[in-house]
Amino acid sequence: MLSIKNLRVSIEGKEILKGINLEVRPGEVHAIMGPNGTGKSTLAAVIAGRDIFEVEEGEIVFNGKNLLEMPVEDRASEGIFLSFQYPVEIPGVSITNFMRTAVNEQRKYHGLDPMPANEFLAKMEEKKRMLDIHAKLANRSVNEGFSGGEKKKNEIFQLAMLEPTLAILDETDSGLDIDALKVVANGVNKLRRPDNAFLVITHYQRLLEYIVPDIVHVLFDGRIVRSGGKELAMELEEKGYEWIRSEA
Amino acid sequence: MDGTNTNYNTREALLKLFDERIATYALSDSPEVITGRREAIAEFARAGFPHTKLEKWRNTDLGRVLNNGFTFPLAPLAADVDLEEIFRCEVPGFDTYMVAQLNGWFIERGNKLAQASQGVVVCSMEEAFEKHADLIAVHYGKYTRVNNNSLSALNTALARDGVFIYVPDNVEVNEIVQIVNLVQSAYPVFVQPRNLVILGKNSSLRLVHCDDSVDDQVGFINSVSEVVLSENARLDHYKLQNKNDRSALINNVFFHLEAGANLSTNAISLNGGLIRNEVYVRLNGRGSHADILGVYLMDRDQHIDNQVFVDHAVPDCTSNELFKGILDDQASGVFNGHILVRKDAQRTNAYQNNKNILISDKAVIDSKPFLEIYADDVKCSHGATVGQLDSEAMFYLRSRGINADNARMLLMYAFAAEIVNKISIPKLKLRIDDLVKKRLRGELSICDQCVLHCNSREQKVSFEIDMSKI
Repeated sequence: MLSIKNLRVSIEGKEILKGINLEVRPGEVHAIMGPNGTGKSTLAAVIAGRDIFEVEEGEIVFNGKNLLEMPVEDRASEGIFLSFQYPVEIPGVSITNFMRTAVNEQRKYHGLDPMPANEFLAKMEEKKRMLDIHAKLANRSVNEGFSGGEKKKNEIFQLAMLEPTLAILDETDSGLDIDALKVVANGVNKLRRPDNAFLVITHYQRLLEYIVPDIVHVLFDGRIVRSGGKELAMELEEKGYEWIRSEA
Repeated sequence: MDGTNTNYNTREALLKLFDERIATYALSDSPEVITGRREAIAEFARAGFPHTKLEKWRNTDLGRVLNNGFTFPLAPLAADVDLEEIFRCEVPGFDTYMVAQLNGWFIERGNKLAQASQGVVVCSMEEAFEKHADLIAVHYGKYTRVNNNSLSALNTALARDGVFIYVPDNVEVNEIVQIVNLVQSAYPVFVQPRNLVILGKNSSLRLVHCDDSVDDQVGFINSVSEVVLSENARLDHYKLQNKNDRSALINNVFFHLEAGANLSTNAISLNGGLIRNEVYVRLNGRGSHADILGVYLMDRDQHIDNQVFVDHAVPDCTSNELFKGILDDQASGVFNGHILVRKDAQRTNAYQNNKNILISDKAVIDSKPFLEIYADDVKCSHGATVGQLDSEAMFYLRSRGINADNARMLLMYAFAAEIVNKISIPKLKLRIDDLVKKRLRGELSICDQCVLHCNSREQKVSFEIDMSKI
């Protein structure tokens, strides 16, 4: 599904990713762990298409298509979704309208007519129920005045609405209390399917107790220095990142 | 350009017009009004039209628009116009009591205000001079600044007509009063409406003031309004400006607030060749409050200039200014916010902010806050920002599949929404919301009617991104 080969990325002349290789297959959950400042969020942003980074070398192929040549919105329509670490507030635009716009733009990309309003509303209701979102989020402006937990729940709600094939969760657990974390994790688990995949970026092992990964990668200084099963996350938790640092 | 050469003809023509008209005016006007006219024309003769060597006009050049052979209508020029047609009001759900002005002249349409029996008056200034001489004697010309404002002086000297509104003490006007000021002419016209709005103690009024063009003829509108809020009066005031690209609209509004009065004024500038709004707010009684808001969406060669002067004359008053604008192409803008806190105006709370987004690198904004504070127990703050659309927010929207053009538009809409959301008349808010969307999408042309019932009303707002409420 996703194939990243020798990806080297820099920003303002400073190299951040120094040759990343990663293969994600349908149905898998990958976790990317690592200390702060090692390039985890950069990797997420580059896959989604943030243009402030310079891709020096390497390739990202998604379902046979070269992602690096695609604008951000086309990547989204191809099935990439990024759950932001810091979701942006958009005053004046309700979540309903925001999502309706996004859903219909993606449908347009695939040559489909806009989703009829009643069908769209029914889908919103269904996803809200599924994710246990009770608040009248839909009529509020996107992320405006939301608590940290509400913002992250809103990201997962968007994920549910857009049904991507690859969802990247960038530090979705940061700033969440345990209850919000459970809501978010349960949502993700309900959205797992044999034909989609998740890339879960996190600093802590805590989230991985709720979203159990198939493969764990440790990112350190712009490289994946170690990959393994879910037990690698436990090992990291016990030994700390110093362990990796001493090995790297 | 120093302006003296290009506007020489218009200036001379106006001075000549005054000499021709003053004898006729003297037949009907009170001696006091005539004295005011003479003093005002002397000021205009001395100062002439504003030009770019004046600090307050440095970035707003009237030279080009003044360089036209204007006619100065002495009547509405309505012979070949179907008045009922152009002033037809049919916005679903937005019922207003509409007052029509054509080329600066009040059009009697025979409609009756429901609360006329309670003493509420809406009529032409001409009629008010005859029938309400007592109110005219107390208020007319008392709030207008003629010195250092040669356009107000010119209006004071020559204006014959406009709208007069009087709300007696303790009356809350239920109907929304809507002034529609249209310009329509086969020739370039120079029109000078003059309005006076008087709110009695504990009264309230909602007033919507629309300035529209009917065609693309050159028009110069030099409008002056005086608005008095007596003790504890409340006014909710909107200016909607949707003029053609060849017109100049100069709007001087003088608000005077007595104790406990509450003003909200909101200038929504959607289109226009050159628009200058000068708002003067005098907080003259304790506990009075003013919200002065504005949003402007300008592109091509359009120019918008908002001048706000808030005079905190007495203690314990509050004022809040927020102007937001989006400028595209070669559009230019000016914001000049002057807050004066006089020596005795202790415990003043004044806030001012001007935020701008420049879409193209040729668009310019000149934003200047100016605080002049003589009291010592005062809370004053100001801010001005100029920026591009937030790239992080753009990325966020695009990462959901929304293409760059639509993402940009959504963000512009969101930016303007802060002001639009402050409109407290729900139907009006929806209407303006719609117009802002159309404007951002480049669909808003000059309607042949007021912006509130523009003829594209039946069309579904063809936002590819449908942001209508569902």
